[in-house]
Amino acid sequence: MGFLHTWLPYILAGIAVGGQYALIAIGYTMVYGILRLINFAHGDVFMWSGLIMVYMITVLPLWLSVILVILFAIVLGTTIEKVAYRPLRSAPRMSIMISAIGVSYLLQNFALYITGGLTKTYPAINWLQKTVTIGSATTKMVTLITPILTIVLVVMLVMLIKHTKIGMAMRAVSRDFETSSLMGIDINRVITVTFVIGCALAAIGSILYFSNYTGINPMSGAMPGLKAFVAAVFGGIGSVPGAVVGAFVIGICENLIKGAGWTTFSDAFTFVLLIIILMVKPTGLFGEKNIDKV
Amino acid sequence: MKKFLALTMTLLLVLTFCVGCGGGDSGSGGGDTIKIGVFEPASGDNGAGGKQETLGIQYANKMQPTVDIGGTEYNVELVIVDNESDNSKAVTAAQNLVSQNVSIVLGSYGSGVSIAAADVFADANVPAIGVTCTNPQVTADCEQYFRICFLDPFQGTVLANYAYENGMRKAYCLSKLGDDYSVGLVNYFVEAFKALGGEVVEEQFPDKNSDFTSYVANAKKAGCDVFFSPVSTEAAALIIDQAEAQALGMPLLAGDTWDSNVITGAAKGKNVDIVVTTFYQEGGNPDFDEGIKAWFEEDSSAMTNNGGNTDLAAVTAMGYDAYFVALEAMKAAGSTDPAEILAALPSLQVSGLVCGDVSFNETGDANKTEAFVKKCNTETGEWEFLTKQSAQ
Repeated sequence: MGFLHTWLPYILAGIAVGGQYALIAIGYTMVYGILRLINFAHGDVFMWSGLIMVYMITVLPLWLSVILVILFAIVLGTTIEKVAYRPLRSAPRMSIMISAIGVSYLLQNFALYITGGLTKTYPAINWLQKTVTIGSATTKMVTLITPILTIVLVVMLVMLIKHTKIGMAMRAVSRDFETSSLMGIDINRVITVTFVIGCALAAIGSILYFSNYTGINPMSGAMPGLKAFVAAVFGGIGSVPGAVVGAFVIGICENLIKGAGWTTFSDAFTFVLLIIILMVKPTGLFGEKNIDKV
Repeated sequence: MKKFLALTMTLLLVLTFCVGCGGGDSGSGGGDTIKIGVFEPASGDNGAGGKQETLGIQYANKMQPTVDIGGTEYNVELVIVDNESDNSKAVTAAQNLVSQNVSIVLGSYGSGVSIAAADVFADANVPAIGVTCTNPQVTADCEQYFRICFLDPFQGTVLANYAYENGMRKAYCLSKLGDDYSVGLVNYFVEAFKALGGEVVEEQFPDKNSDFTSYVANAKKAGCDVFFSPVSTEAAALIIDQAEAQALGMPLLAGDTWDSNVITGAAKGKNVDIVVTTFYQEGGNPDFDEGIKAWFEEDSSAMTNNGGNTDLAAVTAMGYDAYFVALEAMKAAGSTDPAEILAALPSLQVSGLVCGDVSFNETGDANKTEAFVKKCNTETGEWEFLTKQSAQ
């Protein structure tokens, strides 16, 4: 009991931030599964969703802003795919990766231009930011909502992938890009749907994340993006449940390390974990072994 | 077709670049102009504070656009660069100023960038006046750097005295890894607080961190009486938010950086207790207060740079003072030559300033003996004057 009493605040914070990383990590892992592309711009789509919310809420009611923010993220993500990735589809994989890095910098610097480099305060969504007390921990409502919402969304996503036609197409494309296009699957549509799902989840993640950590500047997407990427690699890039588990592990460990007084090393831990995983088990927890077909 | 498009776009980019350069040159023509470099962050962690400090300098320039040097009337031109709150970019920004032949440099907000740029000013032998960079290293090894504000050893002691006199015995100290200002100030605070008989818990957070949940939880767990975190305003807003969410239950204590409307904005309506030390209290010079507020009202871009309201930050007042110190130095030197202005600085004495008289000691630091202690009124979102605290 004493243990729980001391550590509950950290565990709660870890689960919450883990859930938020998970929502971003799904975008990374799905795009990688299908395109074999690490979409570096994903963290910046996340940041932009937050930024748009800041501007939107000043003129629109909350429910409409939330819907529009999600729509905005979807439009932004699919546009990036159409403009920056699609023309390079037959190019070497390195070119498309570099294009992704370029888009990431473009989005960051455009945000710098719009905001003037100053941190914007995320609007208060009252019921999300309400203070609640559980046992020894006092925290925000969003801390409790996040893991529940994340799990629900992930279950829905897994159902979609397992039991619908588009889900089947996605699985087929991720297994073998060329053969599935020969089988009559509309590759472009599948890829668009992937980006739509990834970006919508990133937008939801941004609402939860920034309700908890209320400052947004052009670099806000970089760190959560990186950590979500590590989570995706940890869980086995390409695997949705893997990314979610990885995100929770990273979120919780990070906070426990901080709680143990090793605050200076909390970020180092995340990246050391990345290195160890890449060395010991490159395919991650749930990753599939890559069989090179001749 | 594709090639044509690529060519057009490349040409367009090149042309924009050329136009940009051309625009920059046109300002420097004309005979009797003296340039003052403004070395401040307009983006990054300290962007908000840097902009407010620049506002003070701009307002001073608006009030007094000319200076009489040796019988000739010179127009003062401000050359403003953005050091992006980044130690590596600060050097480039400083070189930019030097290459534009400024006679003197003002800034910066944030000690790290000033320390990084000191060598550039030293090599070019251009004098620099630090406005609110409080780390001792800024002036310690650099003969060209002076400053008009108090120092961290002084500020740390003042804060420790304040905390101890108000019955706080155990302090939680949070600084940012690799940030000269917060790490330095925390060290001086810890030294002074321990000397008084207090107890401290020290922690640091990494760059780009926005999750302060665990730090607030740690402070609670350790049973501290005060949360001392003199970090950038960006991080501060997040800390305040978490302090409320977790019902921190102890006052937040910080240095001059927190004296900003970013903080009052973040704390408004929240159940938090914030105390800071600073350079200036609104009301200290009513003429200045009214004048600059009227300027914010009529100039919308100034208002935006001040964070969207007319709340006055101490750094703005300090920026205003720095400009007049620079003008006095030029008058005393009777020359526009940076080397002669530099020679005139050590013996300079300036009175009639907003934040008190300025004279320099042998390392180039201003002689200051008192700091203002302010408390945030979370109902109105304004600063309230508490007391003047000295280091003794």
